[in-house]
Amino acid sequence: MKEFLFIIRGGQEKMINASPEYLQEHMQLWSEWMGGIAEKGQLVGGQPLEYAGKTLIESGTKIIDRPLAEGKELIGGYIIVKADSLDDACEIAKGCPGFEHGTTLEVRELAAM
Amino acid sequence: MESQKLNTKIDHLFRKESGKMVSVLVNIFGSSNLELAEDVVQNTLIKALEVWKYKGIPDNPSGWLYRVAKNNALDIIRREKRSELFDFSDPKRQLLTSEYTLPVVLNNFWESDQIEDDFLGMMFACCHPEISKENQVTFILKTLCGFSTKEVARSFITTEDIISKRIYRTKEHFRKNQIYPTIPTGEELESKLGVICSVIYLMFNAGYSASHNNMEVREEVISQALFLGKALLDNEKTAYPEVYALMAVMCFHSARLKSRSSDKDEQILLANQDRSLWNVELINLGLSYLAKANEGDRISMYHYEALIAREHCISPTYEATNWTAILAIYDQMLTHKFDPIVYLNRTLALMEAEGPKKALLEMKKVAENKHLKKYSLFHAGLGEIHLRLNEYRKAKACLNEAILLTNSLTEKAFLEKKIKELNSKLS
Repeated sequence: MKEFLFIIRGGQEKMINASPEYLQEHMQLWSEWMGGIAEKGQLVGGQPLEYAGKTLIESGTKIIDRPLAEGKELIGGYIIVKADSLDDACEIAKGCPGFEHGTTLEVRELAAM
Repeated sequence: MESQKLNTKIDHLFRKESGKMVSVLVNIFGSSNLELAEDVVQNTLIKALEVWKYKGIPDNPSGWLYRVAKNNALDIIRREKRSELFDFSDPKRQLLTSEYTLPVVLNNFWESDQIEDDFLGMMFACCHPEISKENQVTFILKTLCGFSTKEVARSFITTEDIISKRIYRTKEHFRKNQIYPTIPTGEELESKLGVICSVIYLMFNAGYSASHNNMEVREEVISQALFLGKALLDNEKTAYPEVYALMAVMCFHSARLKSRSSDKDEQILLANQDRSLWNVELINLGLSYLAKANEGDRISMYHYEALIAREHCISPTYEATNWTAILAIYDQMLTHKFDPIVYLNRTLALMEAEGPKKALLEMKKVAENKHLKKYSLFHAGLGEIHLRLNEYRKAKACLNEAILLTNSLTEKAFLEKKIKELNSKLS
């Protein structure tokens, strides 16, 4: 099986303003989704990311105090799964609870160099 | 005085909750990290003492303890998620490595049903054939019932050193094998439940036996045995007829606890016990457990023991005891398998029901049994039979033999008193 990276973008505003009850319920969905992937032995790992970040530009000579992307483009987290093909990985990705508040999810195969 | 009361209350709570917390934490960390689990519990209790001293005991003290232990576990997992300390390979625990799922999954470990399951699961885990019976009981008392090493040592009339060694050996087993507390199913459950029942009964008897006289320790051990039995009954997965029967036996026996020894810690036999001291509430509880035990289609040795104990408990006087009924129960027990102790007890019931002559004939049949030969109560029983037959010299010889064979000081004292009475008849 190959490994695929899920890059999850956007949706942060909704999460920041959500009530603790909603958040708790919502995170339950993540556990169910990721639990299902783990149950099949296809979960490698993954973490959500903090909103803050810095970006190095101009060949690393300049550092700006924010991630390059903002809003819908901001990366909220990543997950790595095992799957037979890009299509199979996409099938798994369809279950991501983040779609509830408008995230996008990019699926990329980890490359062998 | 008020602070004394508070201390007792906290003491009780800690005893009750520490075993549960250890079990849940072992379920999270795995049994190879048992000591880490115990450290977390220890820290939780220390924190509780510090905070409660100023703020008072919170409304839901158990919930407070669970929350602190959970947060402590959360910190440890975050810190150690990439270390070799934990085995996160199975799907459920893999979710503990991602922040997407860690808080929710960790919360699920502390759901109240899960806590009860883990507590029982831990009992099943330590009732492993590789761990000896006495090590099992020691571990359960120490780790699951919150006894101190000193208290366990006093319950088993042994040294703290020996208790520490027993605990060490059991922990070695847990360290070497990664075990998570689970309640087994099917046949495995049924066979292991038998082991757990015998461990609880062993614990109960350590508290119940008159061989030492620290009443406080004895009562605590008995109440822990009852507590564990109740925990099995409160969980539908483990509420089997034999557990109900075991609870019935323990209730009937403990109902008589206070009448079994005098103020001077002398042993008092059933015939001379003050029945007004018997605890009616416990007897009634025993009767209702026994009724429940008879609902299933499973019969265990505890059923028979409960039926016999019931006959004694419901009889208004010793003379009114229904010995014929008791004899019939013993006979049934012996059809399952020959047990020298059961045979001995049956013979003593026979003595009451049909006279000492018949009993003596039955005793002679097993005089060469190697277990009974070394068993002080066999010789004491034989002595009683001879006594009733007015064969004083023979009776005295038997009682002397019994004295040589017992280690119990109370029993020795009791037998010596009996010999003194005999001597007056002989002279």
